[in-house]
Amino acid sequence: MSETPDLECRHICKSFDDFRAVDNVSFSVPQGKFFSILGPSGCGKTTLLRMIAGFQKPSSGDLLIKGRSVVDVPPNKRPVSMVFQHLALFPMMNIGANVGFGLRQRGVNKTDVKKQVERVLERVGLAGVADRAVSSLSGGQKQRVAIARCMVLEPDVLLLDEPLGALDLKLREHMKIELKQLQSEFNTTFVYITHDQSEALVMSDQIAVMNHGVFEQVGTAKELYYEPQTAFVAGFVGEANKFAATVEEMGGGLLTLRSEAGRPVRGVAAGQGLAKGDRVRVFVRPEAVRLSRAPQDTISNGGEGTVQSVLFNGANSQVLLRDAQSGAEISVALPQTGEFRDLQQGDTVHFRWDAEQTRVYADG
Amino acid sequence: MPMADRSKLTFYLLLAPLLLWLVTLIILPHVGMFIVSLREKVGVREYETSFANYAVFFNEPLYWNTFARTAYMSIASTVLTLLIGFPIAYYIAKLTRGRSKTTLFLMCLIPFWVSELVRTFGWMILLRETGIFSNLLQYVGLADAPVEMLYNDAAIMVGLVYTSMLFMVVPLVTTLDSLDDSLIEAGYDLGASGIAILREIVIPHAMPGIVSGCIVVFMLSLGNYLTPILLGGKDSLWFTGLIYSQFITRFNWELGSAFGFLLLGLSSLIVFVGLKLTRQSLGKTMAQT
Repeated sequence: MSETPDLECRHICKSFDDFRAVDNVSFSVPQGKFFSILGPSGCGKTTLLRMIAGFQKPSSGDLLIKGRSVVDVPPNKRPVSMVFQHLALFPMMNIGANVGFGLRQRGVNKTDVKKQVERVLERVGLAGVADRAVSSLSGGQKQRVAIARCMVLEPDVLLLDEPLGALDLKLREHMKIELKQLQSEFNTTFVYITHDQSEALVMSDQIAVMNHGVFEQVGTAKELYYEPQTAFVAGFVGEANKFAATVEEMGGGLLTLRSEAGRPVRGVAAGQGLAKGDRVRVFVRPEAVRLSRAPQDTISNGGEGTVQSVLFNGANSQVLLRDAQSGAEISVALPQTGEFRDLQQGDTVHFRWDAEQTRVYADG
Repeated sequence: MPMADRSKLTFYLLLAPLLLWLVTLIILPHVGMFIVSLREKVGVREYETSFANYAVFFNEPLYWNTFARTAYMSIASTVLTLLIGFPIAYYIAKLTRGRSKTTLFLMCLIPFWVSELVRTFGWMILLRETGIFSNLLQYVGLADAPVEMLYNDAAIMVGLVYTSMLFMVVPLVTTLDSLDDSLIEAGYDLGASGIAILREIVIPHAMPGIVSGCIVVFMLSLGNYLTPILLGGKDSLWFTGLIYSQFITRFNWELGSAFGFLLLGLSSLIVFVGLKLTRQSLGKTMAQT
């Protein structure tokens, strides 16, 4: 594996008038990795991607591709290609001409263009469509043509700007897997931006969660899910029960808290610097909560609750409980082992969750 | 009344004004003109049906030459209008946003609030021997005597381009507006230069607008009477001028009608050839803009 990363951003900033769209972002992507930037709309991820592609110039900072600074290189000379949100296939050309566009600009001769176009179309599973019109393809096929059009140029980095956003749900699920396969087949570095956490979690080697122009956390999908560093990441990646509490006792790595509603809670601090008496926010994932019919010994956290409603959604079903002690509402993932199939509104159940899966963040 | 009959009635009622306009103002006069153009005067109030009027045109080089000159001058003014109008339209459609876009568009429109006659006189004030340009040149020292810039082909061309600019810019702005910016960005991203993008993406997309703008400008130039006569003077030799003099000065309605039909044939032919060359169809062009 080579030492220099394919893409490296050093302290990139971008300001529009008095608005900071991207604020001091640094990261690097090693060769052949699938890197996602996940964030809500307006968080600056599109601006960041457009700076990498060269359509916008950073206000400050440096951008390196294969160790070479490209800040002053115009987009048509950069070794990066981009798959646009709405794909931007040229409707005035057939598929072959679309895919061969970049090669023609490089002055490759006609027979070679034709050969390479055929080869790349074959690799994305669309052999023999070169003479057809773009409009004759389905959404997923267009997607693959857009990727082929970039990959035929063998870019160092492929940028993808939420390309699955326009597809319907079923196709989106399918394309997630296909994109990942294409990425490993071409062994090219992908930088993918999205606001859809499941796209990022499924496909990426590394994910950066972005909010208000800064990277909140960079890590693997598992790290983001199990060990979110900030309250924003904990709330944005996956579901979570959130409640406010106050620190009552510290020690042994565990915190003892009292929730606003009066329930004692034990959890782990997600960062340093918490002190006794601090106001904190507590996050517990619905799937971390265990249900049982019989009372459980609650070394960590737990109690008794009444079922408020059952939100049935197949494997993603949830139960809303009303905590008998504090009156707070808790959302719990419904286990699909059949045990709770007959759970109904008004039933009383016992719940419990581990202190290790209770993450505590400083408030504010 | 049954539903089907009622909707049929509505359809015909809505169609009626259009049909009325077409039949009374376009088809009937043309049929009348065509009949007049086929009459040959053989004596006082004695006429025979023949193509003699058309033969006059083909046997007289002046008519011929004027006809050809009108055609190529119109084509030249169309091309010139396109070359000047395209960058303007591109700037308005792609490089400006919101308020400044509306302002620029309006600035193209404002000259048309003044009548064509007044606008043409405006050009005469600028270009004549004692006009502003002439005085300016003398003042700067580039000329030592008054310069006459009127009454030549260049003056006609300036007038024609100026008169028809709006009709080129409007359809171009409309089509260029509908070009997705990401297509241009995708072009750059795939390594194309500005010229390659213009040639392979922008112009193919704008083709319907280019063609419809060209058709309108060409028709306006070919059928223009005021501009060539006023700016070109008596030597302007514009075909509409010939038609005018046949009808009004010489009372030769028969020959005038024949000329009118020849002009109609010429413009149709050139538009047809233009559409074939650019591989566009009239229906598609007009529907898109």
